[in-house]
Amino acid sequence: MSTQALRRRRLDDIEGVELNPVRASSNRAFQVLAALAVIAAAVLRLAGVNLALAAVGSYLAFVVLVHLVYRVRNGGRVAADKTAKAVLYGTFIVAIVPLVSLLGTVIASGGATAVNPDYLLTSMRGVTGVHDRATVEEGAPLIGGAYHAIIGTLIITGLAALISVPIGLFTAVFLVEYRSKGRLATAIRFLVDVMTGIPSIVAGLFAFALWAVLFGVGTKNGFSGAVALSVLMIPTVVRSAEEMLRIVPNELREAALALGVPKWRTIVRVVLPTAASGLAAGVTLAIARVVGETAPLLVAVGVTQGINVNPGDGPMNTLAVYAYNLFKYPRNPGYPDPSLDRAWAAAFLLILVVVLLNLSARLIARFFAPKTTG
Amino acid sequence: MAKRIDVKDLNIYYGDFHAVKDVTMTIEPRSVTAFIGPSGCGKSTVLRTLNRMHEIIPGAYVKGTVEMGGKDLYSKDTDPVDVRRRVGMVFQRPNPFPTMSIRENVLAGLRLNSKRLSKSAADELVESSLRGANLWQEVKDRLDRPGSGLSGGQQQRLCIARAIAVQPEVILMDEPCSALDPISTLAIEDLINELKEEYTVVIVTHNMQQAARVSDRTAFFNLEATGLPGELVEMNDTRIIFSNPHKTATEDYISGRFG
Ligand SMILES: Nc1ncnc2c1ncn2[C@@H]1O[C@H](COP(=O)(O)OP(=O)(O)OP(=O)(O)O)[C@@H](O)[C@H]1O
Ligand SMILES: [Mg+2]
Repeated sequence: MSTQALRRRRLDDIEGVELNPVRASSNRAFQVLAALAVIAAAVLRLAGVNLALAAVGSYLAFVVLVHLVYRVRNGGRVAADKTAKAVLYGTFIVAIVPLVSLLGTVIASGGATAVNPDYLLTSMRGVTGVHDRATVEEGAPLIGGAYHAIIGTLIITGLAALISVPIGLFTAVFLVEYRSKGRLATAIRFLVDVMTGIPSIVAGLFAFALWAVLFGVGTKNGFSGAVALSVLMIPTVVRSAEEMLRIVPNELREAALALGVPKWRTIVRVVLPTAASGLAAGVTLAIARVVGETAPLLVAVGVTQGINVNPGDGPMNTLAVYAYNLFKYPRNPGYPDPSLDRAWAAAFLLILVVVLLNLSARLIARFFAPKTTG
Repeated sequence: MAKRIDVKDLNIYYGDFHAVKDVTMTIEPRSVTAFIGPSGCGKSTVLRTLNRMHEIIPGAYVKGTVEMGGKDLYSKDTDPVDVRRRVGMVFQRPNPFPTMSIRENVLAGLRLNSKRLSKSAADELVESSLRGANLWQEVKDRLDRPGSGLSGGQQQRLCIARAIAVQPEVILMDEPCSALDPISTLAIEDLINELKEEYTVVIVTHNMQQAARVSDRTAFFNLEATGLPGELVEMNDTRIIFSNPHKTATEDYISGRFG
């Protein structure tokens, strides 16, 4: 009886329910105000105001004006919408400015050197301050490049991937397919989380100490660096792979099991291929994360000026360490520019590697993605 | 090939939860048996014990025996994988493998299990299974397209083709038509009628007319109250269940006077 009466009441008649009226709004005022804000910032700057102050001031005025204008014209709901939009645009710009500026600086400072074949194909062996002085004073070509560092980066990161990908994948498979609950799984997840937060220098010291125990104090080589990077990579791989395996629908597992396919084969032939795109992307991003590590490699691998392709035999060089070294210890402290050029070029190459890795992650993801049309 | 299934004193648990109690029934070979009953009474649960899919849920276990052709499916020396090869299953929601083409989907059960499968044997099996599932005409020109690009009804028939490609002895279907339109439903009902020539078919359905149309025998499950285990109330020839059931609960349910 009373429920019937309740059901009949219209929303309008129920006290405490008030819906915002909906009125059409346009973007016009928003765009005009944004343009005005840009002009205002430029004018302030020309008038001698500090750039950051001019930008922040006009932006804040812009947000306030957007809110007021839309509040008056279209009411509270639209005003909230447009204000949120203004804030989002602002944060987006704040996020993008350092990125663009960094890319621009690196390209401008290192791009030219980095694409020079001499730079790409020679090492630093035998390069001394005398050469750098000649480069600066007599305009002689830049001698000495990053070949050994490129090789070292590829070898050490490749080894690290070789170690971490199987371990990470198997751990994730264990966590998702075999023991998703229970004390062991909780413990593993906790440890993986802790590992994610390990500072990279600690990973380097771990590898250094491990090698000291195994092969004598002070042993530095490529394998040691690969182990240090693996410590950093494994948790990322485990986490991303776990996530990817978890979103494989259970129905597919059941479908395979119901066909009489053993569990391990279901995992290998159905679950992993279905998750392949995500797994590949996760692995690539994990590689991208460690490829630019400096501190652990400095500790575990050391530095060398020449080409060393044997990760079992003594120090190697890698791009990040190479850049750090040339920046910190220019070949000729009196004429640091050639060394800085080399360091910038190495930074450029590193960014290029990361960009390429990201792109290949996307390509791999697209290649493996389940097809729905075709 | 079709085998008779004898279920004796089957009790089914999800961890601490006793889901179904004391089921004893016989499923005849080369016939269609329908499971009907209200939601949550344990139809799917019983069905999944018939090919040991129940136990893949963590903590789930059963007590009692399920004999197929005189051999206990739950005895120590029976491998669940072997049981599932002989008892196929079609699920409520069509679930073709998204990474595989139509052809690969049909062959999945064989490809994932056998060491070798010649091209000609594969071709033959694809065609016969798809014909068996009444899908051949619709897809014969696009066997290499992804299976997930088919319509829902076609996907479900693809799943049936996949299930019969491994030539099981029994086929279990859990509400195979609940996601389908009336025309696809009819196609699948016709298919079930053909399948029973060769296979033992067990189907769960919420659709009384469907149970009446396709099945030879019907089992009515019920549960007395939520939280209590479900149980088998009555099992008999479909004709009798729908015209002259022995229990009042059955009569109430099929005539819609329920709850
Ligand atoms: N994975 C599970 N874990 C725990 N309990 C479950 C699980 N699956 C089902 N149950 C419980 O077992 C009982 C029987 O469920 P079941 O799915 O067999 O019902 P059903 O008869 O198939 O219902 P419907 O007609 O809605 O499909 C229900 O009480 C349900 O909550
Ligand atoms: Mg069910």
